[in-house]
Parts: sequence; C-alpha cells; structure tokens
Amino acid sequence: MTNHWIDIKNTDCALIMGSNAAEHHPICFKWVLKAKEERGATIIHVDPKFSRTSARSDFHVPLRSGTDIPFMGGMIKYIIENKKYFQEYVTEYTNASFIVSKKFEFNDGLFTGYNPKTKIYDKSQWQFELDGNGNPKKDKTLKHPRCVFQLLKKHYDRYNLDDVSATTGVSKDNLLKVYSAYASTGAPDKAGTVMYALGWTQHTVGVQNIRASAIIQLMLGNIGVAGGGINALRGEPNVQGSTDHCILWHILPGYLAVPRGDLPTLEDYLKATTPVSHDPMSANWWQNYPKYTVSLLKGWFGDSATKENGFGYDWLPKVDKGEDYSYLYLFDRMYKGKIKGGNIWATGPASSVPNSNKVRKAMENLDWLSIAEIHHNETTDFWHRPGADPKKIKTEVFLLPSCHKVEKEGSVSNSGRWLLWHYAATEPQGQSKSMGQIMVEIMNKVRDLYRKQDGVFADPILKLDWPSNYDAEKMAKKINGYYTEGPKKGQQVPSFGALKDDGSTVCLNWLYAGSYTEEDGNKAKRRDYSQTPMQAKIGLYPNFSWCWPVNRRILYNRASVDKNGRPWDPERAVIEWKENKWIGDVPDGGWPPMATGKGKYPFIMRKEGHGQLFGPGRAEGPFPEHYEPIETPIKKHPFSKQLNNPCAKIIDSDADKRARPADPRYPIVLTTYSVTEHWCGGSETRAVPWLLEAEPQLYVEMSPELAKEKGIKNGDPVIVENTRGRVEAIAMVTMRIRPFKVMGKTVHEVGMPFCFGWMTPGAGDATNRLCISAGDPNTTIPEFKACCVNIKKAKRLRELSR
Amino acid sequence: MKITRRGFMKVTGLGAVSIALSQVGFDLRPIKAHAAKLKIKGAKEVISICGFCSVSCHLICHVKDGKVISAEGDPGYPVSEGALCSKGASTLAMINSDHRLFKPLYRAPYSDRWEEKSWDWILDRLAHRIKETRDRDFKEYNDKKERVNRVESMFHLGSSQLDNEECALVHQAIRAQGIVHFDHQARI
Repeated sequence: MTNHWIDIKNTDCALIMGSNAAEHHPICFKWVLKAKEERGATIIHVDPKFSRTSARSDFHVPLRSGTDIPFMGGMIKYIIENKKYFQEYVTEYTNASFIVSKKFEFNDGLFTGYNPKTKIYDKSQWQFELDGNGNPKKDKTLKHPRCVFQLLKKHYDRYNLDDVSATTGVSKDNLLKVYSAYASTGAPDKAGTVMYALGWTQHTVGVQNIRASAIIQLMLGNIGVAGGGINALRGEPNVQGSTDHCILWHILPGYLAVPRGDLPTLEDYLKATTPVSHDPMSANWWQNYPKYTVSLLKGWFGDSATKENGFGYDWLPKVDKGEDYSYLYLFDRMYKGKIKGGNIWATGPASSVPNSNKVRKAMENLDWLSIAEIHHNETTDFWHRPGADPKKIKTEVFLLPSCHKVEKEGSVSNSGRWLLWHYAATEPQGQSKSMGQIMVEIMNKVRDLYRKQDGVFADPILKLDWPSNYDAEKMAKKINGYYTEGPKKGQQVPSFGALKDDGSTVCLNWLYAGSYTEEDGNKAKRRDYSQTPMQAKIGLYPNFSWCWPVNRRILYNRASVDKNGRPWDPERAVIEWKENKWIGDVPDGGWPPMATGKGKYPFIMRKEGHGQLFGPGRAEGPFPEHYEPIETPIKKHPFSKQLNNPCAKIIDSDADKRARPADPRYPIVLTTYSVTEHWCGGSETRAVPWLLEAEPQLYVEMSPELAKEKGIKNGDPVIVENTRGRVEAIAMVTMRIRPFKVMGKTVHEVGMPFCFGWMTPGAGDATNRLCISAGDPNTTIPEFKACCVNIKKAKRLRELSR
Repeated sequence: MKITRRGFMKVTGLGAVSIALSQVGFDLRPIKAHAAKLKIKGAKEVISICGFCSVSCHLICHVKDGKVISAEGDPGYPVSEGALCSKGASTLAMINSDHRLFKPLYRAPYSDRWEEKSWDWILDRLAHRIKETRDRDFKEYNDKKERVNRVESMFHLGSSQLDNEECALVHQAIRAQGIVHFDHQARI
C-alpha cells in the first residue's frame, strides 16, 4: 500500500476492483464504511461477482474477468476528454510533459521494437528525447505531439464506450456511473483510493492492470494524499515483509536486483543497477544502490566480506539474463525431471499452483523434499494422494513440525508497511520449532559437513555470518544494521542515510534501517498513541509501531502539497511546510519545497523524479493495452488484432493443454476466489470444526440462466472440466453472478473457491487443477483469475461426500 | 443510566459489588460467582498477531500454566480496535488443535507410511542430502562460460508465514547454498 489501512477512512471515493475486501480482509472494511458514513464517500465495487463488498458499496458493477484494462482505459479517455484531470499535478509531478523518442510507435496492438521470435521488446525505442544535459525534454504546455500527455490521449482514444462495453460486458450506463464518480476526485481537495488484490495481479496482464490504475491516480492527483493511493490489500500475514525481504529469485532483500552471469563483478553489478540522473532537482534515490548492496553483503559474510573480494559478490549464485526461475518454471522443470530436491516451507503448491495435477505429478520426480508445516496437507502427503501408488514414488520426505505464530516472537509487516512485533505466549508445543530455528539448525549441520568433508565451492557456506541459535531480537537488530568500525562500532545505524558502500556498515535490508535504533530500541514494539492534531485528523499514528521507510506513513507525500509546500487539501493535510520545516508525516525527503529552488521532485524512486504516466520499464509496453486472457471465450476484440499479451509467459508440456480462443468445448469463463472462513489452500482452517461447518465443501457459483441452459439445479453435484482437469463441485445457482453480453454474444462466467483439498475427506479437491500455467511477463504471476471450462451434471461422485 | 457492554463488564466483572449493585439495580450474586471462576483470572496477557491476512489484527493471548487458554482481539491495535474475523476468532482452536504436527516425521522412498524420527536424525539426513545434491550438481559456469556458481537442481519455496527475522535468515541461507529456484506466495 502507498497508504495504510486507517487512511482509507479519509477517502471521498473508493474504487474496489480486483478485491472482495469485506470478505477477504473483513476487519479493514470498517475504514471503508467509516469513509462512507462519516465523509459520505462513494464506494464502488467492480467485480464479476456480487459479494458482501458489493452489498455495502454504493454500486456494484459486474465485469468479465480479464477486462480491467479496457474498463480503465475508458476511464482514462473520460478523464482526458472531460478535463477531469488535476492540471497542475499532472504537469509538475508526472512525466506528462516529457517528449518521447521519434522511434516510439503503437500499431494494431503492438508497440515498436517487438521481436515475435523471442516475445521480447527492444525497449530502447521507448526512451525519452534528451536535452544537452542528458535530461528528458519537456513541453509543459502538454501540446507537443510526442509529449506523454498527447501520446496517452491518442492511445486511449480507441477506448470508446461502445467498444469497452462490448469487451467488458459492462453496460454503458454503468461505465459512465463509475467514470463520473471516480473522476470527480480529480479536484485538488478530493481524494480517491484504489483497493485491489489478487483479482488484478493474477492475470497475464496483471502488472498492466495496476499500471492502468496508477495512470488514473496520477492524472487525478490521488497519489501522496490522504485518502488516496494505490493500495494492494496484501493477503498473507507477512507477505509484505516476506516480499521486502525478497523470498523471490529475482531480487535480494530491499528490492535489489539478483546478480546475473553477465555481471561477473560487484563493480559490473553496481554499474548496471545504479541509475544516474543529471537533473539536480531529481533525488534519484536509487543512486544509493551501492551502499545498500555492500551493507547487505557485509551482513551476510561478516569479516570475510572485504573490499578486495567485492564483499563476497562472487559467492552469490548468478542467474542467466532473460531466464525465469519462478513457480511455473520450477514445476515445469520438476515435471521434466530436472529438479532433484528442495524445501517447501509453509506453502502448499500441490493445491495452490495452477494445473495442480501436473504439480502433484512433478513432485514424484524429486529425490528428496523437506517440508516445514504446522499441519499435514495435500503437499506434505502428495505421495499417497488419490490415484497415486506410494510404492512407485521414490521421494524421501522430511516433515519438520513448525510451531504456531503465538509460540514464537518476531515481527510482521502489515499491508500498510507497519512493522509489528508479536511476543511468544508459550514455548513451541510438542517438539515443534520456529522456522527460524529450523533454518539455523539445518545450516549448522550443512556447515559442519562442509567443515569436516571436502565439498564443492564451500566458501559461501563456511564464510557466512551465521548464528548458532535463532534469536529474533538479534536478527531485528541486524536487519536495521550497525556500524562495523570507527567510533560508533557496534552501535545501531539511525537510518539508511548512515549506510556506506565501504564495508563500514551492516544492514540486512535498507528499507528497515531506522526500525531498531540506539535511542529508541525496537520500534516495532511501540504502542504510543500520541499524535499532533494535524496527524490525528488523518489517523496517522506516527508513534505506534514503525513503518518503512523511515516511518513515512504515506508514500510520495510531497505530491500532496503544491510547489510552495501548501497542502492541496488543508482539511486532510499529510505534510505542510511551516516556519521553514515540514510538519505532519515524515516527508519523502526533507528538502524544502520546490518553489525555493532547493527542492526535489516528489517521485524520488524514479530516476527522473516524476510519476510515470508513460512507463518504459514494463515488458509489454509503456501504456497498458487490452489483451484477452490466454484462454478466452472470444476470438477477437475491438482494440487490435493482437488477441493475447504478446509477451505472456506460457508454459508448454504434455500436461499443459489449452483451449483455443472461443473453443466451443469450453465456452464458460472460470474465476476463482477465497472465502472468509478458510485461509488460502485451507489446510489450517479446515482443521477447525466450525469453520469447516460454515464452508464445508467445494461449490461453483453460476447464474440461473446458465443453470437453466445446462439443466442444473441449485445443490446439484456437477463436474467442472477443461483440458487440464476435472473437478467436482456443488452447484450454487445464484443471482450474484450475471451472464455478460460480450461482442454480441452471451458469455457465462462461473466462480469457485480454492480452499478445499482431498486431505479433508468429502470436501472436494483443488480448484487450481483447472487453472492455466500462463503468467504475467513482468512478474510471472499465474493467470488464476481467468480460464475456460465446461460444466455438466455429475453422475457419481468421488471427491465430494453427499 | 446508560450502561454500555464494556461498562457493564467493568462494574460487574471486577468484584466491585457494593457500588455495582446500586448502579445496575439488580441482583449480581450469580454474576459475581461467575466472575470468581473466570478462566482467565490470574493469566498472563501476551500480545500476538493473527496469522491470516495482512490487516495484522492483534491478539491478546491469556496464558496459564504454560498454555494459551484464550486468544481474543486486542483493542489496543488502532487498525482492528479489538475486532477479529471468523478465522482470527478461531485462533485458540488452531493453537490447541490435535491436528497439528508435533513430531518430526520421515517418509522413506517407496514407503506408504510416516515414521517418527528425532530432530537430530532427520536434520542430519537432510543436511547430507543437501550437500550431496549441491556437490553433484553445482555449476561454476553456464553455457555462455559466464561464472554463475549455482545449483539449478535444488529449490526453496516459502514463506509469507515467516516473520521478517526468519525471512532474512532464510534468504541468506538459500543464496549461500547457491539456489536460484527460490520463490514464495507473493508470486501466486
């Protein structure tokens, strides 16, 4: 989230899209209702299914899964044509005025530079035109035909109401209702917030869904302000923190790029990753890359990390440029016998990765597997799943019992980036241990072996700065970082401003520097409710816990003030320049306002310091463009000849069969979702009797029209099937799902939860067996939210009890 | 006199009987008897956090004789203000569930059952398998002759259920082993 949970109460309009917040983040919804009840905010829910979020919204707008970009593209057109954008904000704080290279073009669904063989764009054709100093040329009148604003206008001119309506299945009335309500937040003293979740990310255009909302938010001046922002409602308890610490192949802690084979030395790596700006007004925050990288390496390898050995850079594994090592590719390689062993910790891919039948089969190819879990689930017990013969499965499985969260201490980061400490209520029960302790012990055993026996490339293992026991408090101190030499040796660094690239500081994650200081100790433990009246007005709570970065509660908050440091909306001020200092939130850099001539642009994480309407870094183009899901009920759409995302990551194997576009065998769109009572794959919540009683087994929601067409009655057992699998479910015939009118024909959509598995007898088995192994080209997040299926009545049941 | 639920609990729950009687105007003896037997009496309060979505609703765990006997919403967390959803409100049942794993288990190749093993045995064997796989499959150079120092045949998945401090350690350990197939729930 750019903002935080409580801040939602400050909004004038909430666009909830790709999320069912009331059911999946129930306790946050009070802040939505507060905005509605106390500010009279308009709450909009755009989602294929009517849910309890819709029930509490001013209006629900059903939309066909996978068509968010045309929906928002139409809104961008509406904002421009009706001059609803915030002119000063757009001109001064976004890259609307930048002139784009003459090489840049867009023709019939493709931007310039596309290579159909590699499915990769040459992004050098999307660059800005530079002046003599190497800075982007600008036209602040926004009239230059190649300025971003004009290109944006041209790009979305095609997204007219007729075509958007024909593609999304949303009526023109509904489109206009949403566009006009949301665009009204373009006034300087209005704020609109975007709340999204997996409904946006889990598409082959997931990143561009969010980009489209970023364009809208920047045009309306909604970034940096209270009640605004782009707010990912993050799901898992610490998925914010685990992402910040980057349990992900492509980044090191603090969002630093993974080392690559073509960057053999630390010097090469830093040269490739550290951006250079020639504009004195641009803070270009990533110029600090070397300090953050070296402090991390120093934390990992301690005294063994020296200037001479590139602080141990050579010891890190390097990936190949252009290669992908994420879930979809991992399981494909496992299926093809290339993966031999590994760890699955507190995640259940046998149910939660698309095409789960393939995933389960792939696991049989492992020689060994270590699993840390709190319960048995479909992953731990994959070797005796229905239809499998344990006597033919070679995998050696180590099942490591992990303790419950209340039995250990440590911190999590909530969706609003607040760092929160939880204390150990008791010792771990039975022989269970915290996962931190388990990892410490595994590595200590491995290190012992490498000490005693010869081994390949033992340095990175033996030279680790590694504890003998897990101590959360000590790790929290190390994450913050400390000085390794000089007069302050051993002391905690006060913030990331103190980090150095010469080995004199340790820091395991620069974003968290400042969370554990000499003065204040562990700030995740703070429970101080004090705030100034200005802070209290927007519910900032700056002294409760701590938040990254540097306790800044609202990101890009210098965009909430004009060039003189005056808030656009004094009633909802986030920061203000008063008596030569900033008051309110911690500003995005302490420089004086821009009008003083000593200020900096507000979007400090971008090299040019401006919010990016034109985003030249993304895989499939600088502007979001509509592409259908990989499995789609239509053969063509009105926006171009390019049916699917030209850069989508699509996995091919004999187990990855796909339906053709508008395949008559599979005409129905399937989307998936959670339920309030179960957690993700459900292995933990299915063990609680009353939660299982409330949501006992797998169902499929469908419209009365589809049910009639198929001769299905409410409560009938049915088979939902496609090229990848066959899933039993109970039919739930409901008005909550409506048929869509798409390109002149009726398209039915159905929805299924994904929280059930065969380990709970009679509850049904993984819905994800139907989902497709295709991912977004930027993130490789799979397209769980749209694939094609067919439905028929079940004659006999194997997975569900009746 | 207007009495809120919280106010009612305050005047009746703590045994201030003489004042309470006059305030609420009815016989409190049965309630008093109940209060004397409140199961959280004398329990230690420990703050924890719900293990589900990222609203991070706080919990107050009541601990008695080394066991959590109650887990309820913590009104001191300004986001949740004491509220919990159906999952968070089930935390106690999850902590004390007999469905939980309490011992290390091992499944031998081609076996149809789990066997209980000691931590020492199981971690020892796992460490041997890690070293054996790593030493056998370690790649110093890729096909382009770039120095890559990695193991492609091992992987690690998880987890967003880990605390920040655990994530930091896991990340360090996985890169040190040379693993590149490294991912977790943020991707799915």
